[in-house]
Formats: sequence, structure tokens, C-alpha cells
Amino acid sequence: MNRSLFLGGIPKTISRRGFLRACAIATAAMGLPMEMVPKVAEAASDPKRPSVVWLHFQECTGCSESLLRASHPDLATLILDLISLDYHETLAAAAGKQMEENLERAIERGNYVLVVEGGIPLKDGGIYCKIAGKTAVEILKKASEKALAIIAIGTCAAYGGVQAAKPNPTGAVGVSEIIKDKPIINVPGCPPNPHNFLSTVLYFLTFKKLPPTDKFGRPLFAYGRKVHDHCERRPHFDEGRFAERFGDVGHRLGFCLYKVGCKGPETYSNCPVIRFNDVEVWPVSVGNGCYGCTEPNFWDTMTPFHKRLPNVKIPGGKGIQTSATQIGKAALGVTAAAVAIHAGVGIAKRLATGSKSEE
Amino acid sequence: MANRVVVDPITRIEGHLRIEVVPENGFIKDAYSSAQMWRGIEVILQGRDPDDAWMFTQRICGVCTTVHAIASVRSVENALQLEVPYNAQMVRNIIIAAHALHDHIVHFYHLSALDWVDVVSALKADPHKAAKIAESYQNWKLNGAAVFKAVQDKLKKFVESGQLGPFANGYWGHPAMKLPPEVNLIAVTHYLQALDYQRKADQAIAILGGKNPHIQNLAVGGVSTAINPDNEATLNMERLYYIKQLLEEVRDFVHNCYVPDVIAIAAFYKEWLKYGRGVDNYLAVPDLPQDTKGETFDIYGGTIIGGDLSTVKPIKSFNDRYFIDNVVENITHSWYRGSWTRHPWDEETVPEYTDMPGGYVDPQGKYSWAKAPRFRQGNDYIPMQVGPLAQVLVSYALGHKLTRKYVDSALEQLKSVLSLLGESSDGVDINALQSTPGRHLARALRAQVLSDLALKQWEQLVDNIGRGDLEIYNPPTYPKGEVKGCGFHEAPRGTLSHWIVIENGKIKNYQAVVPSTWNASPMDDKGQHGPYEASLIGNPIADPEKPLEVLRTVHSFDPCIACAVHMIDPEGEEIVKVKAL
Repeated sequence: MNRSLFLGGIPKTISRRGFLRACAIATAAMGLPMEMVPKVAEAASDPKRPSVVWLHFQECTGCSESLLRASHPDLATLILDLISLDYHETLAAAAGKQMEENLERAIERGNYVLVVEGGIPLKDGGIYCKIAGKTAVEILKKASEKALAIIAIGTCAAYGGVQAAKPNPTGAVGVSEIIKDKPIINVPGCPPNPHNFLSTVLYFLTFKKLPPTDKFGRPLFAYGRKVHDHCERRPHFDEGRFAERFGDVGHRLGFCLYKVGCKGPETYSNCPVIRFNDVEVWPVSVGNGCYGCTEPNFWDTMTPFHKRLPNVKIPGGKGIQTSATQIGKAALGVTAAAVAIHAGVGIAKRLATGSKSEE
Repeated sequence: MANRVVVDPITRIEGHLRIEVVPENGFIKDAYSSAQMWRGIEVILQGRDPDDAWMFTQRICGVCTTVHAIASVRSVENALQLEVPYNAQMVRNIIIAAHALHDHIVHFYHLSALDWVDVVSALKADPHKAAKIAESYQNWKLNGAAVFKAVQDKLKKFVESGQLGPFANGYWGHPAMKLPPEVNLIAVTHYLQALDYQRKADQAIAILGGKNPHIQNLAVGGVSTAINPDNEATLNMERLYYIKQLLEEVRDFVHNCYVPDVIAIAAFYKEWLKYGRGVDNYLAVPDLPQDTKGETFDIYGGTIIGGDLSTVKPIKSFNDRYFIDNVVENITHSWYRGSWTRHPWDEETVPEYTDMPGGYVDPQGKYSWAKAPRFRQGNDYIPMQVGPLAQVLVSYALGHKLTRKYVDSALEQLKSVLSLLGESSDGVDINALQSTPGRHLARALRAQVLSDLALKQWEQLVDNIGRGDLEIYNPPTYPKGEVKGCGFHEAPRGTLSHWIVIENGKIKNYQAVVPSTWNASPMDDKGQHGPYEASLIGNPIADPEKPLEVLRTVHSFDPCIACAVHMIDPEGEEIVKVKAL
């Protein structure tokens, strides 16, 4: 990686004097004291950290927030040692005019990885999201031109996200609907596990290429298998042991959550393997089903969230599909007595009630 | 319009905010706050299952992750008058408190400290002197000359790389920066340490919520966090004590580092205690419910009018009509059709974008995607400031013991730091909180209160489990016909309320009246400014090219613009009318 990649605003071919002058201007622009000029000149000759430009559009900042929870690398290591985060509105010290200048400079230098967080509204000329007087779609197109590659972080940037749910009032879309001439990697999730994003970045920096993806542009190392395939509760599914309702006996015994709405059988993601927040959890591990948030259009295809998926085959013995309700009841009958002894209170009542919403 | 200063984007906030001010003789004469994004989530909610609403509304904001989810389930429960099992209340309460701790720490250190702290100046500090200074106003276990030296070395290496990343083009060396190099070094060190502590608060939430941001353990009628001390795949003793450990560590940081840091910065910037008061009507709602119905609470809510604590009027329960009947929104200067003032249940909103003709705000026209929430007082309605300051003032006025204890003690500490600096303590009392640095101090004190209360909720949860109660969920039943609900929550940025109309078990109408909408609101039909705007008027502005002082006051509110502009409810009307493009 040559220096023009990172401080490319300062051309290599100019004279030494011209070069130092350019460095002085860059130093002033960064808001540094003039005694820093030689250091900046040195850095311009041998830049170390690759440039990343991060844009926010129709989003909730949850994807950025997820990076605050990351541990390997943590955020400080990421921005101090690994990358040069040259534009990020949530973290930047500068604002307004100074912030716009930061973006212009980064784009001018080129050769950055562009990260996009949030959907892009196209309806009515894109007026539903504006930054510094420009629409999101204008900014995206401009910033894409000189990008090496684009990472769409989160389901919004990847596929439009929550604002694209029916009836999609602002005409929100993901990056790949707009940009067609750049390599784009989608790292969906709401928000995605920060390590799936970070590993994509590290993959790119280490191997100098983008990881292989599936048909939805998702890296296979994170989205190659169904949630269902690596779920620790899969044996309960296979044996027909289900929670019928939150707080019922099956739920308290850590049974399969398919019947309280788990979308794991139709969702591709590594959640059960990588887990979240370094405390060994993911939604299923605390008692809530997967909501399918790494899938395109999950806000429409996976709702209602607490109702079970309609077309999943349940192993019911004899190799045929059996009614989920029947098999659940059978399994509960066996376990109810054991649990009642342990937990003592309130169980029989719950068993009798069951789930009202089913069938 | 050469006499206008536009700051767009306002950074280190959530979302897209544009602030326009009119400077005159070094001070701000007028100010306009404009939200720059709209997503239409309310339209999307129509016709869907009320059980799912919390998942959608949670996506209003990932910084305030948890808060819209909590307010949403409460709105449906309120509509159904559905009780929530005690365990579920406690699980929610721990999440609420831990989230506030995360949020307040991140807001102070990572989103606003750089308005007061000169990172580059820290390079000139003497680490030994810094250690001595730190010792004079705080007792934090991770201070020390060796620690400060290591941070300074890291910072030096970073700056010398010439690649300043997010610190590029900051306001280093700005004449409004007042801290000595050593205090800047202390603050930069705590900026980095705070990254670890905010993460611990998130981990406590994740153990209950399955992940964070965006917890996945709520349900209308309770939570889905399975509790069973005799199972390995549920909330058991290992999980519970992990949460306790994390909450204790965060409490240590809040008490011994965060609060003293804010006090020190307020002392160094004492002259700012006279700026940024703005709208001094305050609104807060009670939270951390202590029973299944929401009739008793661990933090208090109410209103204060005109900055006078003796006017305090409490809000007492989830069904309190004083709150439910008196919230209205006006859209005269907002990009929606019409100029009405309506109760949230009765709103119908159609976007009507007019851009900003000439590139600047026309004070007669529409200029923001945010609406203007107001609170009815008799036949009138007035703007209200919400947020930690409002909550601390209301709690103090209502005699909340922990709040009184920590506020009084902080004011004493502020006086003692001022005397160390050789400054007078005249005018340092509870009223000094009604200012730009005062909002930061109130936020730190709220964090201090909540760091104690989080552990109290934990004790109560464990005690209740010990009594054999494992209930977490009362399933909702939706009646035929129409029901209306209001769910409120005292979120990190202030009073949040969700308003739902349910017809035959489906969502007919949904409105969220959000803290940042109260605070970022444009003017109303009577020309009353919202709190951001009002607080900027009278602020100093040394260099209109580098409007650092604007950032200071706006950041003190902890803006969240994705929250402020979240949704509309068009009652099936056409969505858009665009005039100028």
C-alpha cells in the first residue's frame, strides 16, 4: 500500500519543498500545531492505517453503537491502531463546516473503504434524509466513486431495513440497489454482531480481497449456515420438546422456541456460534426466538414475531411431518411432573393455559 | 443572509441535525433547530400486531436502544390495563437502569467531552503533575502517573501518525478551551477507560436481553427471559451474579470517576453556569415501577414551571391523567401539512416538505421534520425541557432521598474544587444546574442515583425468585373494538411517551412523543421556541467560523434526532406533498 493510498491528497511527485508545504497545509487542516509538520511529513511518506469513510443515512446508529460493545478489537484499538476513521458523524470531534471539509478531503484522497449505515430514501428526489443540504443518495454516489470497496453494515444499508417495511413510505433501499460498479459486501443484522463487521474489515485488510459471499452478498464466514443448524436447542427440536408460551414449563426447561416464534429454521447467521457482548448470550439463550434479522425484508416476512413459521417440518417420528401442537403436548406431558416438583409454584396453571395464539 | 451561522451536520449526536444561529456582537441573538431525516415508522406500524410494535419502535434509535421498546410494550399494556409480573418489572428495571448508565457515560466522555477537552493540549501535560491534580478531586483506582504517561505515549504516537481520524479538524487550541494540559490528559485517559465501563453496563443488559444493542427479550405482558435457578439454560444464579458484578463495577466508575470529572469540568468552566438555561419549564415521568400495575416507583416524575422548584406537581402512576391529558403537539413550523395542535391519539400527519428557500430558515415558514410537543397549562400550552436535569429537579423538589443526597454532596464538592482553583462559590446552588454544564452535572447525578437503584432492583429480583416466584409473562388478550393506551418511560434523554390506538387487535394509530422532540422542537404557532433554540439564545460565540459554543449547549441536551423524527400517522391519507426540490 503506497502513501498515496492514505494521504493521497499530497502527491508523491512534487518537489521536497512543495511536499513540505502541502504537509504544513495538511497539519493546519487537522488542527495541529505547526511544530507537528515534520511528523506529518513523515507520516505522509509512510502512512500506516487504511482510510475508512463511514456514512450515516436512514438509521438508528445501532450498528455504530454495536462497535462500542466490541472487544476484539475494541473500539479504541480499531480507531487508534488499525484504521484511520476519517469520517464518522457520531464520533468525530469536528462538526458543520469542518466536518464537511473532512469528508471532502477523504474523498479527494480516495482509496478508502466506504462503510454505509442506514437505508437510502429514493422517493420524492430523496428529500427524506439530508446532510449539509445534500440528499443521502447524492452523498452515497459521490462517496462511492473513489471507494475501494463498500461495506453495507446492518440490514438497512444492505436491504433497506425497517423503513423499507411495507408500505415503505420513503422509498428506502439498500446500497446495492444504487451502486452497481463497486464491490459491495452486506453485513446484515439489526444490528449485526460487531465482530462480523470487524472480521470483514480485517479479512479485507489482511488478505487484500473481499470474502466470498452468498446470493444476498453476505460473507460466508458469518452467514453460511442456518441459525437452526448450530442452535444449542436443536436437540429439543429434534425430540419434539417445545416451549408453548413464555414462562411455561418448557420455557423454564430451556426447550426449543420454535413454537413461540423462533425464525432460526429460515435464517442464515452465526449468532449461536459467535454470540453477543462477550457474555455468552444470544436471544435464544435467554428464552426468546430468533427474529430473522439478517434476512432481507425480515420486517415483513418474519412477522408476527411471536407466531411460529408456517412451513417448517418437525421431526415427529416415522419420518413424516406431524402437527407442532400435538407433538408439543406429548413432550410436555412427560416433563410436567418433574418440573412441578422443582419449581414448586404456578406451573400447573400455566400448563393448563397453553398458548392461545396457536392454531 | 450573511449573518447566519449554519452548523450542519451537528456531529457526536445520533441522527441528522442542523442548527442555524444569528450571531450579534459575539453572542447568539436567535436560533433555529432543524431535524433532517424522516423515516415513517408510524405508517409502517399500521395494521400490524400490537405485540410486534416494540420491535419496530426499538429501531427508532439504536443509541436509545431499549427505551422505545419499553415505552411501546407499556403503551399496549396500558391500553389493555394488563398487569406485568413482578419479576418482569424487575428485569425491565435492571435493563432500564443499566442502559441509562451506559448512555450517560458514553454521552459525557465520547459524545460531549471533546467540546471542553483539548486532546492535543494533553500532549504537553506532565503525567506526575496530572496524578497529583487528579488526587485532589477524585479517588479513582485507575488514576496514576504511570497510567497517564502510557495514555500520553499512545496519544503521541497516534497524533504523530498524522492520521487523526475522528479527531481531525477538531477545535484544538480554540480560545474557548480552558483546561490546563494535565486536566486534559486526565480527561483523555478517562475517555479511554470509559469505553470499558460503558461496555460492562451493556453486558449486564445483554445477559437479560440476549444481545445489545436492541434487546430481544420483551413481550407485551412481561419478558421472555426465562427464570429458573435449577436449569442451565435460564436466568440462574451464575447469570444473576454476573449481572451484579458488572453493575457494581459500573457503579464504582460512576461514583468515583464520572461524577468527580463532571464536577471538575464544571468548576473550570464556571462562567458557563450562566449560559444555556433556555426553557425552564421541566417535565419528567416516574419510572422503575415497584409493583405489577405501575402505581409506586423508585424514581419520581412531575412538572416544574418557570424554574421554580416550589411549583412542582407530581405524576403518580401509569394512569395519571395529569400527564395523559395534557400532552399536545403543534406542527406550524414542521414539515407536515397544516398548523394544528392536537393530542397524540388524535394526530393525523401528512409530510409537506418545503426545503429551505434561499438555504436558510424562514422563521415564518416550516423548517424541521421535528414536531413541537407542548404541555397544556389551563387554556394555554407551553414548551417543556425534558432530560436528566428535569428529572433531577423534579425528584429533588419532591424530596427523593437519594437524589437529594447526591445533589447536595455534588454541590459541596463543586464548591471545594472552586476554592482549590481560587474561585468564588457565589451562586452555586441547585439553581446553577439550570445551565449548559448543569445539564451535564444533572446527568452524572442521575447516573449516580441509578447506579444504586440498579442494584436495588437486582436484590428485589433475587429475593422474589428466592420466594419461588418464577412468573415472567401475562399473555395479552385483545378485545373487539377500539382501545387506547399511553406508555411512558423516563429515558436517558428524558420523558418518552408512546400513544397507541388498537382496533380489533390491530394497530390503528401510533405516535411517539420523544425526549429529543420536546427538546429539539421548532417554534410553535405562538412563536415559542423549543429548548435547544431557547438555550442557544444569549450564548457567547467567539468565532462564527468555528462555533464550538453552539456544540457545547446543543450537546448538553444529548440530542437524538432519529428519535425526534421517527414517524407519522396519516390515517390512510396520501403520504407526500413536495413543494420545492
